[in-house]
Amino acid sequence: MGSSSSNLNTIPNSQELMQETGFSAAHLLRLYERFEFLDKDNKGHLRPEDFEAVQELSTNPIGDIIIGSFFSPGQETVDFPSFVRILAHFRPAEKNRTRDGAQPEPANSSTGKLKFAFQLYDRDRDGKISREELLQVLRAMLEMQVTEEQLESMAERAIQEADLDEDDAISFDEFKKSLEKVNIDHKMSIHFMK
Amino acid sequence: MPSRTGARSSRSRPELGLLLLGMFVLLGGSLVPLGAASSADAAGGSTGKDAECNKTKTEHNITKKAFPVLSLEYGHVKVPFEISLWVLLASLMKLGFHLIPRLSGIVPESCLLISVGLLVGLLIKLAGEDVPPVLDSKLFFLCLLPPIILDAGYFLPIRPFMENLGTILMFAVVGTLWNAFFVGGLLFAACQIPQAGLSDVGILPCLLFGSIISAVDPVAVLAVFEEIHINELLHILVFGESLLNDAVTVVLYHLFEEFSLVGSVTVLDGFLGVISFLVVALGGVLVGAIYGFLASFTSRFTSHTRVIEPLFVFVYSYMAYLSAEVFHLSGIMALIACGAVMRPYVEANISHKSHTTIKYFLKMWSSVSETLIFIFLGVATVDGKHKWNWTFVTSTVILCLVARVIGVVSLTFVINKFRIVKLTTKDQFIIAYGGLRGAIAFSLGYLLDCRHFPRDMFLTAIITVIFFTVFVQGMTIKPLVDLLAVKKKQEAKRSINEEIHTQFLDHLLTGIEDICGHYGHHHWKDKLNRFNKKYVKKFLIVGERSKEPQLIAFYHKMEMKHAIQMVESGSRLPSAMPSTVSMQNIQPKIPPALPKPAERALPQLRKGREEEIRKILRSNLQRTRQRLHSYNRHTLVADPFEDGLNEFLLKKQKMIELDKKIKEMTTYLTVPAAAADSPTMSRARLASGRHTDFIPAHQQKGKPSDPQSYHVRPTADGVPSIQVDLASPDSPDSVKLLDEFRQAEKQEQDEDQGLMMRPPSSGPNKPGGKDEAKEQQKLMRCLSDPGPGADEDEDEDEPFLP
Repeated sequence: MGSSSSNLNTIPNSQELMQETGFSAAHLLRLYERFEFLDKDNKGHLRPEDFEAVQELSTNPIGDIIIGSFFSPGQETVDFPSFVRILAHFRPAEKNRTRDGAQPEPANSSTGKLKFAFQLYDRDRDGKISREELLQVLRAMLEMQVTEEQLESMAERAIQEADLDEDDAISFDEFKKSLEKVNIDHKMSIHFMK
Repeated sequence: MPSRTGARSSRSRPELGLLLLGMFVLLGGSLVPLGAASSADAAGGSTGKDAECNKTKTEHNITKKAFPVLSLEYGHVKVPFEISLWVLLASLMKLGFHLIPRLSGIVPESCLLISVGLLVGLLIKLAGEDVPPVLDSKLFFLCLLPPIILDAGYFLPIRPFMENLGTILMFAVVGTLWNAFFVGGLLFAACQIPQAGLSDVGILPCLLFGSIISAVDPVAVLAVFEEIHINELLHILVFGESLLNDAVTVVLYHLFEEFSLVGSVTVLDGFLGVISFLVVALGGVLVGAIYGFLASFTSRFTSHTRVIEPLFVFVYSYMAYLSAEVFHLSGIMALIACGAVMRPYVEANISHKSHTTIKYFLKMWSSVSETLIFIFLGVATVDGKHKWNWTFVTSTVILCLVARVIGVVSLTFVINKFRIVKLTTKDQFIIAYGGLRGAIAFSLGYLLDCRHFPRDMFLTAIITVIFFTVFVQGMTIKPLVDLLAVKKKQEAKRSINEEIHTQFLDHLLTGIEDICGHYGHHHWKDKLNRFNKKYVKKFLIVGERSKEPQLIAFYHKMEMKHAIQMVESGSRLPSAMPSTVSMQNIQPKIPPALPKPAERALPQLRKGREEEIRKILRSNLQRTRQRLHSYNRHTLVADPFEDGLNEFLLKKQKMIELDKKIKEMTTYLTVPAAAADSPTMSRARLASGRHTDFIPAHQQKGKPSDPQSYHVRPTADGVPSIQVDLASPDSPDSVKLLDEFRQAEKQEQDEDQGLMMRPPSSGPNKPGGKDEAKEQQKLMRCLSDPGPGADEDEDEDEPFLP
C-alpha cells in the first residue's frame, strides 16, 4: 500500500473524504483515477460535457437525469469531493454499524440511497414527486414508444397506488413505502465499492 | 378384508367414504384380472393377428356355443385400465386430504401420499397379487418426472434465480460433490468395521451410493416448500439447487458406475469427469435453449390455429428432455432451460386462452405426477426385497445429515464474502434442513445392476433416508419455520410503482457503473436486454408486440386483470360505471317545479362528505386491484379476457378523468351538511340505495368532457338514462334543483318512499358492486329527482339526454 498512500496525498482532504464516505484508500484512489480520466482537460473539476463523453450514457434513457444529479442546483461544475459523495450512495451498506444519533444518516444506508433516487425524480426539490415530474421520468424511460395518453394513464395509476395522503403527489415516505418489497440495499449497490 | 371395511364404516364421515371408494375401485381393478385371467389368455393380443392369418385354416369345426350376451375380456385393456386406476386413486387421495382440514395442516401432503402408497401396497400384497413394479425407472424418468420439471422450469421466477445464480451453483455443484464424497468415503470406512459384515463393499460402490443419495430432490423440495410459504430467497436457493444438481448427479453416477466395474479410477478419469460435467451441464442447457427458440419461433405463426398452441409448448419441451437424454446430457437442465427461454416469447405470441390452457395443463400434470410418485414410493417400499443392515442404514442417515450441515455452513461462509445480502444463520439452517431426498434417488438406485452392487441393501438404505427426510424433516419444517420466525413469502402484488421504480433503478445503476468505468452485472444485463430488444424479439415475437416496451406490457397486463376482476365482480364496468356526470339541459324541465332560488343558500359540502365520496370513487378504482397469487399448485391467477380491452381502457381513462374532476370541484359542491349525515350514508350503504349523496357537478371549469362518452344504462324499471355533462355552464338552475333535493331529503328522513325513484334494479350491480352501483344510483337519482313538490312521474320517465 506504499505507492497508493503516496498517491493518496495528491488527493486533497483524502482522510476526511474516507471518513465521511466510508471508502477505503484503494477505492478512493480508483475513483480519483477515474475522475482524472473523465476530466480530459485536467481542469480539476468536471462539467456536463465530460460526462456526456462516456459513450454508454448516451444510450441510457435517463442519462441526462443521472448526469444532472451530480451537479448541485445552479452549479456547473463538480469537483472530486462532490463526485465521491454522490458515488458513496452506492456503496453496499454495512450492517450493525453502531453510530450515535448525532451523526447524520450515512449516504449508503437504505434511506440514503432511497433519498438519492427520490431526488432524481423530484427535480424541483420540493419534497414531492408531482405528476408532471413522474410523467417526465416515464417519458424518458419509454422513449417515444408509447402515446401520451398511455403515459398519462400510467402516471395516474402510479400516483393513485402510491399516494396515501391524497395530495396528488408522492412524498418521500410514500415512495419508500411503495418500494418496501424491493431490497434496496441489493438493488442500489455496486459491488466493487465495498 | 370385510372386517376392516366394517370397522371403518362405523365412522360416518363423507371423506372416509371417499377414501373407501378409492380403495374399492383400486381393489376391484386389481382383482378383476384374477377372474379374467383365463379369458385374457385367449385373446392373444394384436401381435398375433398377422400370424394368425397365415396359419392354415384348421379350425373350422368350432362347436357352436350360445352367443355370449355379456362377456368379460380384461386382457386387452389391462394396462391402460390399471394406469387409469392409479391416476384415479391419486386424484381421489388428493381430494380426500383436503377434505380433512386438520390433517393437511399438520402433515405435509407428501407424507400422506407415501402412507397411502404403503397401505395400497399392503393391500395388494395381502390380496396375494404381485405388486406391479410401479416405480420402474423407465416409467419414472420418461413419464412421471418431466411434467414436474417442466412446470418448475416454465414458471421459474427468473429474476431472483439469476440474481442468486452464483450461490445456487455453488450449493448445487460444490455442495453435492462434497456430500457425495463425504458420505461415500465415510460409509466405506464404516463398511470396514468387522461386525458389520460389509467388508465386501468396495470404495467405488460406496462412492456411487454416496452420489445417488447426496442429491437434493426437486420433487420432494417442491412438495414440502410449497406448503410452508417461505420467503422467495430461500425458496429459490433450495429449489434452484435441487434442479441444478442433476448434472452433477448424472456425471458422478455414470462415472462411478463405469469405473466400479473396472475397479479403479485414475487421475485422467477424474479430469475427464470434470470435462464431462461441463459438457453435460452446458450441453443440456444448450439443447434446451435451442428447443426453446424453436418453440418461440413456431409460436410466431400460430395466429390462425390457436387451438394447438399449447401442444407446441409441451411437445417441444418434451423433445428437449428426450434429446438431452439421448446424449446422456442432463435432461432436467434441458427442460428448465427450454421452459425458461421460451416463456417470454411464447407468452407474447399466444392467445390468452392458450396461456390459460398451458398453465392449467402444466399444473394438472405435475400435480398428478407428484402424487403418483409418492404413492408409488410407498408401494415400492412394500414390494421391495429389503436387506436391512443396521450399520449401513443408520450410518447412511447420520452421515447424510452431518454432511449436509457441514456442507451448507462452510459454503455459506465462503459465499457470504461475495454476496451483498448475506445469508444469516437462520437461512443456513433452513437451507440445510430443506435438503430432502426423494424418488430420483430411489429410481437411480433401482437402475443399478444387482450383480455388481448390493442393490437391495442400497435400496433399503435409500428408502430409509427418503422416509426420514420426508417424514421427519418434512413434518417438522413448518413448525420450525414458525418458531424461528423466518420471513415468509410476501404477497407478490407487484404494483406499477414498483415496476416503474425498479426499471428506473436499473437504468440508474447501469449509468453509474458506466460513469465509474466498472463493468458490473448491471452493465451486462443491460447489454443483454438491448440485444434482446433489438434482434431477438423482432425475430421471435409476432407483429407489434415485439416493440412493446416492458413497462407498457406490464401495465396492460395489470389493466386487463383489473378489468377482468371488475367484470367478474358483477359490476359490469363499461356500462355501470359512475359515469362522467355531466349535467346538461336539465333546466328546460326543472324550473317550473322549483321554488324561487333566491333564498337558498349555497352551503358547501362538508369536507368529510367530500372525502367520503372521493374515497368511494377511489376505492372503486382500486378495490379490485389484482392480487397476484404465488405460483403454487393450489392457486392460479384468474386470466384476463382479450376482448374489449381497448374499450375498457378508454373508459377507464374517462373514469380517471372523472375522479380528477370530482376532486377539482371542491368549492362548487352544494350539498349541504345534512343533519342526518350518518343515517344518510349508512342507508346509502344498504343495497336499497334510496338516499343519495350526490355530487352535483355543475359549474365545472375543467375541460369539457365528451357528452357522448357515457350513458347510464337504463334499467328495466324506468330509471331514466341521464347524460350529464360536467362542463355544462348552467349552474343556477341545477343548483336550485339540487337544493331542492337537500331540502326534500331533510324533510324525509324517516320516510323514504316518496322522494326517491325506485332504485334501479340492483341485480346486475349487486354482487360485490355495491359501491359503484350506489354511486351511480346516487348520481342518477339526485339529478333526476325534481323534489317533493314536483310531479314525480313526469321527471322519472324522462331521460335527460343531451
